[in-house]
Amino acid sequence: MKTTLDILYKDMLIEWRARSRTVALLSFAYTILLLFAFAIGPDSAALRQHAGAYLWLGLLLCSTLLLDRSMRVEFEAGAISKLLLVPVSAPGLFYGKAIANSVQLWLVGLISIPMVVVICDATLTEHWAWLVLTILLGGAGLAAPGTLYSAMIARLSGRQLLLPLMLFPLVVPVVVAAVKTTSLVMLGDPMNQAGSWLVLLGCFNLVYWSLCGVLFGRVVEA
Amino acid sequence: MKVRWETYLGAVGFLMLLGAHYVGLFVAPPEAMMGDVGRILYAHVPTAWIGLLTYLVSFIAAIGAMLTGKATWDAMVEASVEVGLLLNALLLIQGSLWGKETWGVYWTWDPRLTTCAIMVVAFGVVLALRKQIDEPARRLTISSVATIVAFVNVPIVYMSVKWWDGLHQNFSSPETVDSAMVTPLRAAAFAMLFLSTAFVVRRWRIALVQLTLEFDAPDLPDPSAPLAVED
Repeated sequence: MKTTLDILYKDMLIEWRARSRTVALLSFAYTILLLFAFAIGPDSAALRQHAGAYLWLGLLLCSTLLLDRSMRVEFEAGAISKLLLVPVSAPGLFYGKAIANSVQLWLVGLISIPMVVVICDATLTEHWAWLVLTILLGGAGLAAPGTLYSAMIARLSGRQLLLPLMLFPLVVPVVVAAVKTTSLVMLGDPMNQAGSWLVLLGCFNLVYWSLCGVLFGRVVEA
Repeated sequence: MKVRWETYLGAVGFLMLLGAHYVGLFVAPPEAMMGDVGRILYAHVPTAWIGLLTYLVSFIAAIGAMLTGKATWDAMVEASVEVGLLLNALLLIQGSLWGKETWGVYWTWDPRLTTCAIMVVAFGVVLALRKQIDEPARRLTISSVATIVAFVNVPIVYMSVKWWDGLHQNFSSPETVDSAMVTPLRAAAFAMLFLSTAFVVRRWRIALVQLTLEFDAPDLPDPSAPLAVED
């Protein structure tokens, strides 16, 4: 637990000292939302209808930049070997890095909500707290497999191409559940379906966070 | 030349497949709702069953490879993922042909179809990773982890018809299928099992020879060559 907190503190400190990168990530999310709006055109009803999908596609694309960078700093100049010599336990390292990545995705997700409201003319119903919960669960669901995969391919030459290729198929259920819940919160949920989608999102998180935590040690040793 | 047992198994599977499809096409009654188009089930359903089973083999082989670090398991990962991908691709082609006749389109964004298409990419990445990594031990670990994580898709594909409402049929059982259709379906499933086993075993033998050579004799410097001395 202490290792996890130490790694989390280290990663958050690195991000705080390089704040311009976080600003660049937010600008990227903003640009993606604008591009979707440009692609759809002036049809505000269509924009409103699909606002949840744009929010999560933006977050998904941002996650690939974030995750690649997060693990690259560990593999530069053999930093990871020195970390493991300290010694830092592999699960501690994984959970520290995955939580740090989740926190950054949560930040991008939460800041993107007002952007979506403005750009896509989306409305938030009285269940807005569920949207926050969706961002928390969805961000965590992207971060856990993303952290494992970025460690697997950190030393490979085509990693920028491989990461989305590996990550996107795996996180489709997370994205589907997150888009569905977000759309229900934004457009209304007369059948009370949002709860069951959130439970599904929680189940995927449970699978990914436990499975990836177990496998991370093998990947780092290799 | 020595004929290996999987060759006989493959031959039996092929002949059984011909017999099962003959019965399925010309003897079994047409499907009540779809008519003759429904006869594709004798090819489509066994492909799906055996495809998922092959992925299960790759999952078990990946766990074995990770725990033991042996080339035998690693070769099985390579063989079963390759054959699984072949069956997965066949499944999508058969489904598209059936979809065109039944739904009027080759492709629709039905949850079962979408998750099946995603599964191709998830397991295809395992083969892409294997090509990218030259070091045998590292390749074994990384591709095993990728296979185990990709396997998360398999229960999602299986349960997709239950979790999300879509166009694809729900689960069937021998109780919901006419007995005249059950026999050719079972025969085709066993035929596909024998044929796929033959493919996996043959591919495993080839991969094992390649991997054993790599594991036993990595790229060492030629001892007879003089050592290069840098100034």
